Amino acid sequence: MNPLLVRSENTERMLNLRRKISNHLVTALAVVATLVVLVPLIAILGYLLYKGFSSLNLAFFTKPPAPVGEEGGGMANAIVGSGVILALASAMGIPLGIGAGVYLAEYGRGTWLATAIRFTADVLNGVPSIVMGIAAYSLIVAKQHHFSGFAGGVALAIMMVPTITRTTEEMLGTVPQMVREAALGLGIPKWRTVISISLRTASPGIITGCMLAFARVAGETAPLLFTALGNQFFGVNLNQPMAALPLQIFAYAVSPYDEWHRLAWAGALVLIVMIMVSVTLVRIFTARGALKGGQH
Amino acid sequence: MGVDIRVENLNAWYGTTQSLWDINLNIPANKATALIGPSGCGKSTFVRCLNRMHETNPIARAEGVVRMGDIDIYKDASPVEIRRRIGMVFQRPNPFPTMSIYDNVASGLKLNGFRKKRVLDEVVEKSLKSAALWEEVKDSLHKKSGASLSGGQQQRLCIARALAVDPEVLLMDEPASALDPVSTAKIEDLIFKLKSQYTIVIVTHNMQQAARVAENTGFFLTGKLVEFAPTTKIFTNPSDKRTEDYITGRFG
Repeated sequence: MNPLLVRSENTERMLNLRRKISNHLVTALAVVATLVVLVPLIAILGYLLYKGFSSLNLAFFTKPPAPVGEEGGGMANAIVGSGVILALASAMGIPLGIGAGVYLAEYGRGTWLATAIRFTADVLNGVPSIVMGIAAYSLIVAKQHHFSGFAGGVALAIMMVPTITRTTEEMLGTVPQMVREAALGLGIPKWRTVISISLRTASPGIITGCMLAFARVAGETAPLLFTALGNQFFGVNLNQPMAALPLQIFAYAVSPYDEWHRLAWAGALVLIVMIMVSVTLVRIFTARGALKGGQH
Repeated sequence: MGVDIRVENLNAWYGTTQSLWDINLNIPANKATALIGPSGCGKSTFVRCLNRMHETNPIARAEGVVRMGDIDIYKDASPVEIRRRIGMVFQRPNPFPTMSIYDNVASGLKLNGFRKKRVLDEVVEKSLKSAALWEEVKDSLHKKSGASLSGGQQQRLCIARALAVDPEVLLMDEPASALDPVSTAKIEDLIFKLKSQYTIVIVTHNMQQAARVAENTGFFLTGKLVEFAPTTKIFTNPSDKRTEDYITGRFG
């Protein structure tokens, strides 16, 4: 052994002790950090359950809001409206977002256009949601001279695109180049390689990105204020103002009536559960058929 | 059946760096041809020019004539068509991680729109048998992912996958360099068997490997083909001083 590396037994013991202490310290810090994150989350969810659950009944899911002064009523229109608007936003935002991400990762590497798109996506990601609402307002609502569920869907879609684009790009970037080369080397055309090899290999991460974007816009209120507006009546016509859970929660929460406050709590609970259920369903659905073994 | 490859005045670049200089070489059909040389000498670039994989790198470029049988691969056919006829096995095993063993082997056909299950079943079995992997995986074809196999099995899976599209030429870029000696021996046995049906070009760092499997050997140095001759001649009586220095271990 190199004589310069020899230490006295005492020093050795001290160092060992220090290593043990710092090991425990770091573990403890990690546990504390996890608790600090978890406690508020669980508290919010618990409070929501406590406040919202008691106001849930069949009418909440089947009836539109009761007129002011009348008891009862529900949020059926807002639940359906949120579903319709989110479906529309996903139908537009997910393919566009993934398409742009595929361009960035597979076709546009190093081009000025890709750099411009990447920069735009990052800026859009940071734009406050109310600005998206105003954008959709001036693009659609002002032109059509009326509010509509369609405009709401567009506003949310615009919000989804940058997140999905960037996650898709990042996830495609983690697919090893040699996997692409394997496909090209078999005489598989590039477009087919992108769809069946790159996207398929990266799909768990891309799906996570889509779910994050979905969950984020599902609770958005501001972009809908200027677009879908809200509606006291049941309707699925995309050309009409449409109710949505966040809008209804907002309207009821700022109202002076206790009954409406209770409904707002219930609405918030339903919104959270809707998001959790849809994310879980997508996870279960996409995990089916996955193979055991391998690095993924 | 294999087909011969004739290369005339092939030059290749990465960006502004020229990595191959005026390569002229005839690769005979149904024989194994080894390419040896120190790292960075251009042998990998050379084989990638033979199936037009070189050009998948956006900054890469190649000039010259490569003929496979009667066709000029840079003029008479699309890269996709060429790569179907000239298969490739890479240095590191690269099975498709999300696919089962079966789908890995069938991928070349399936992703080119071929769907007849009965024929696919037959091709998968035949290819896995040719790659000496069938006995080890026949019970888990659909259950296991290609990535769950051992390194040596993965490489044979990649060979099976390349054979499944029925190429005429098989390019192997250091196919055994990431494998243990037992797996390497299996791959070498395989090359021996396969050359009755395919023209094989194998890049290798291992000179014993070249001597064991190849009828002809080419020695590359700094992007140039220094010498191309029957393997026995290269290793016993090379014409060029640089070849002799390399094979006797004086540099490289």
